[in-house]
Amino acid sequence: MSRAKIRAKLPTKSADPTVDIELTVNGERVSAEVSTRMLLSDFLRHELGLTGTHVGCEHGVCGACTVLINGVAGRSCLTFAAQAAGCEVRTIESVANKDGTLHPLQEAFRDCHGLQCGYCTPGMIMNILSSFNSSAPLDLSDEGIRDIISGNLCRCTGYQNIIAAVRQAAKAMSLG
Amino acid sequence: MKPPPFEYCAPRSLKDAVELLAADPSAMVLAGGQSLIPALNMRFAAPSRLIDIQHVEGLKGVVIEGGNIIVRAMTRHRELELNDEVFRANPLIRETMAHVAHVPIRNRGTVVGSLCHADAAAEMPSILLVTDGSVVTESPRGRREIPAADFFQFHMTTSREPDEIVVEAHFPVLPQGAGWAFEEFTRRHGDYAIAAVAAIVTRAGATDVVSLSACGVASRPIRLTVCEQIFAAQGFTDASFKAAGEAAKEYVTAPDDIHATNDYRRDLLASLVVRAVEKALTRSR
Ligand SMILES: Cc1cc2nc3c(=O)[nH]c(=O)nc-3n(C[C@H](O)[C@H](O)[C@H](O)COP(=O)(O)OP(=O)(O)OC[C@H]3O[C@@H](n4cnc5c(N)ncnc54)[C@H](O)[C@@H]3O)c2cc1C
Ligand code: FES
Ligand code: FES
Repeated sequence: MSRAKIRAKLPTKSADPTVDIELTVNGERVSAEVSTRMLLSDFLRHELGLTGTHVGCEHGVCGACTVLINGVAGRSCLTFAAQAAGCEVRTIESVANKDGTLHPLQEAFRDCHGLQCGYCTPGMIMNILSSFNSSAPLDLSDEGIRDIISGNLCRCTGYQNIIAAVRQAAKAMSLG
Repeated sequence: MKPPPFEYCAPRSLKDAVELLAADPSAMVLAGGQSLIPALNMRFAAPSRLIDIQHVEGLKGVVIEGGNIIVRAMTRHRELELNDEVFRANPLIRETMAHVAHVPIRNRGTVVGSLCHADAAAEMPSILLVTDGSVVTESPRGRREIPAADFFQFHMTTSREPDEIVVEAHFPVLPQGAGWAFEEFTRRHGDYAIAAVAAIVTRAGATDVVSLSACGVASRPIRLTVCEQIFAAQGFTDASFKAAGEAAKEYVTAPDDIHATNDYRRDLLASLVVRAVEKALTRSR
């Protein structure tokens, strides 16, 4: 039986409306022409190759895609790249020091066994960093830390070790 | 890419935004995107054009003026929640906002967006309703103010015309000495309410006034007028609390869905009414 060959009839270029954007990602200026419907999560991962930002649900529930937008945590799956034009975006790739040594929060996650598969970890870290930088008072009670991470799902750790990691990091960073 | 294709505009002036919206019947306003983008990702919505209002001049910030907290369209949830002047003027707002989703969603979602989205289980619409607030819209026909009681029509349906942009929400300042409370039941922190009650108790000697609203228990946020009347007539006694709880239960037909049955929601409502009024009462002077 001979099979018909697949003929490449697919368009090589998307016919979507596009928009020109300029933004800062991890301190670097980036300009690009993107589809208007390009999500920031897809832009970071597929266009810039920053695959540290994970994608779980794409409707805002799991928190895996959390990045910093102008210093505060936001869901990159619920933000169009076009909306981030002119913004400063920070992803997990910018958290460790240039020489590869870990940030105190990453260190604490390792020490406390705050991750297993690591899928949720980038979103957790970016969200917790945002809380550390926020003007809102930092509540380091179990309940307060649970509130901070309540928008991030983890299917592995059972959260206890993440709570310990947040507390250890806050202490190491003299916060709270 | 998950969302359907659309044309994207980011006008700088309100005049341009209004014109862009009026020119295309299937255009939609994009504020924080925290309800609209999930809907697009799931292809529940397919607008031809999105009008991103984040850069529109004059739509940012909060002012307190003439007895109202004026929340402009691009004010993010978190901004209103952390504003200390707003807390002093109406502490019910901060207490309630802790229940709206999670901080990263509140960092980007707007208060006005939440009112326009008008989910029947959403918290902020019930606050606009219990405080007798309003929204102000702008369209090619000019400005108009819509009281909360007329604005929320049904689950995800408001009396906003398709060519109107909501530019402000007005949350009245609480009267001096008024007590307040927001009591919610959810299975997980940050979820939409299975049932929630907002209460304001204003003590004025013989004429104490109780204002009550609920969300999650009907096809839109509702005022619990029957309960308000019981407290007005009977004051705060064991019997009046019990009667108000029972009356609330009889008053509503709640959604019957995978999260909870109608009966369960009505039971919750009765308990939440009692809890909210008790708490508001202890906070009143
Ligand atoms: C995981 C998750 C959990 C959530 N949990 C809750 C919760 O517990 N309680 C709750 O209340 N909400 C919850 N939300 C929704 C959240 O509060 C949204 O931020 C809010 O409902 C919409 O605000 P927005 O600025 O993001 O609006 P958008 O998503 O941009 O817009 C929402 C709708 O309103 C319209 N709109 C927005 N602004 C205007 C305007 N100025 N004039 C005219 N139309 C306008 C849009 O066209 C669209 O139809 C949750 C969201 C997520 C993703
Ligand atoms: S992928 Fe964005 S919240 Fe789940
Ligand atoms: S470590 Fe696996 S999901 Fe959190």
